[in-house]
Amino acid sequence: MQQELIAALIVSVVAFFVVYAITPFLIRELGKRKLAVPDVNRIGGAMIPRPGGPAIIAGILISEAVLFLVFPSDTRNLKIIALMITTFLAFIVGLIDDRKVLGGWFKPLALAVSAIPIVLIGIYDPTGVYDPNLTFPIFGPVKIPALYIGIIILMIAITGNTINSIDAMNGIASGFMTIASFSLTIALLIMKNYDVALISLPLGFASLAFYKYHQFPSRIFPGDSGVLALGAMYGVIAIIGRAEVVAATALLPAIVNSFLFLSSVKKIVEHRQIKNPTTHTDDHKIIATKEKDAPITLVRLLVAGKPLSEKEIGFTIFKLAIFSGILAIITAFLMEIRI
Amino acid sequence: MYVFIIMMWLLILAGGGILVVVVSKISISGYGNEIDFLIASLIKAVIAILLVIAWIIVLSKLKNKIFQKQIES
Repeated sequence: MQQELIAALIVSVVAFFVVYAITPFLIRELGKRKLAVPDVNRIGGAMIPRPGGPAIIAGILISEAVLFLVFPSDTRNLKIIALMITTFLAFIVGLIDDRKVLGGWFKPLALAVSAIPIVLIGIYDPTGVYDPNLTFPIFGPVKIPALYIGIIILMIAITGNTINSIDAMNGIASGFMTIASFSLTIALLIMKNYDVALISLPLGFASLAFYKYHQFPSRIFPGDSGVLALGAMYGVIAIIGRAEVVAATALLPAIVNSFLFLSSVKKIVEHRQIKNPTTHTDDHKIIATKEKDAPITLVRLLVAGKPLSEKEIGFTIFKLAIFSGILAIITAFLMEIRI
Repeated sequence: MYVFIIMMWLLILAGGGILVVVVSKISISGYGNEIDFLIASLIKAVIAILLVIAWIIVLSKLKNKIFQKQIES
């Protein structure tokens, strides 16, 4: 147990400080190469460097590699390999999308392909990576070995795109992921899944370190490479931690956002290709657009009643994330109860 | 928004209950072990998909009810 605590401390510190140290260099380098996009909500539309994904993936991969090499464990190693490969593939998908705006279907399909290594490693060692039973709180597990492969593929595509869709304003994606991933880590501890709780720590700490630069007013945007890597890693943790329902619960505000978006647009489309669901007041607060054909999103609903500043919107979403995180922790307790 | 999130959470729990209590108990016999397993899996998959569709329809109705004012504004 003492060794696990030391490992937890070291991977957390490595994940945090790698992202914290690399991001300022990345901001300078992206600035020099003029890889920047306008911040549409900022007065004057400042150009913000993008993508911050390379710093995030470096923090995740280095800390997971430390866990793999310095603290090897038969029950953890295959899970770490599956997580590193899938997260890296999702990062590459995002990097391609950062360079070139591709169709709405590209990301879900490419993320689904990113999930294949988990399935293949699961075939190589059927007990080493995931358990093909979906476990529900109170009611227990349902055995669905054939269907579970589909769930793995869907999970990575959904978590990646869901986090991508909430990356609408300064700091929201990284701040939301910090809250959701720490909630998931606590839930994994409650479910006595200590190995995966340990593996999940770099996600929360890498997100937290990146939030330092991404919070309002942003100095860097994560880009698709950053948010898809974070979202895919979250999905992998849900699968290897047998915590699919808990993970989905912690992600509910982001799922609400995707649900509202899809139910109003009624097709899968790249978010950069649709009308902005919000506009600005004279004092540069954000308010819902009057355009009827603009999509309904979480942010649009939050500012439908009264205009809010970007910072206020961020904190409102974080409160929703904390609320869902508490529900996820309650769900983890319910996992131990059977009727 | 908090009410909508609670509703989504309860729907997830209820959906899980239906899957475990009803769907997972489905078994077919009389066509040989492998075919029985395949047919039962197919039936379970179809019911699971129908449950997801039902979940989306219920959520859609709830969304319209809870957010009607905001959506219209």
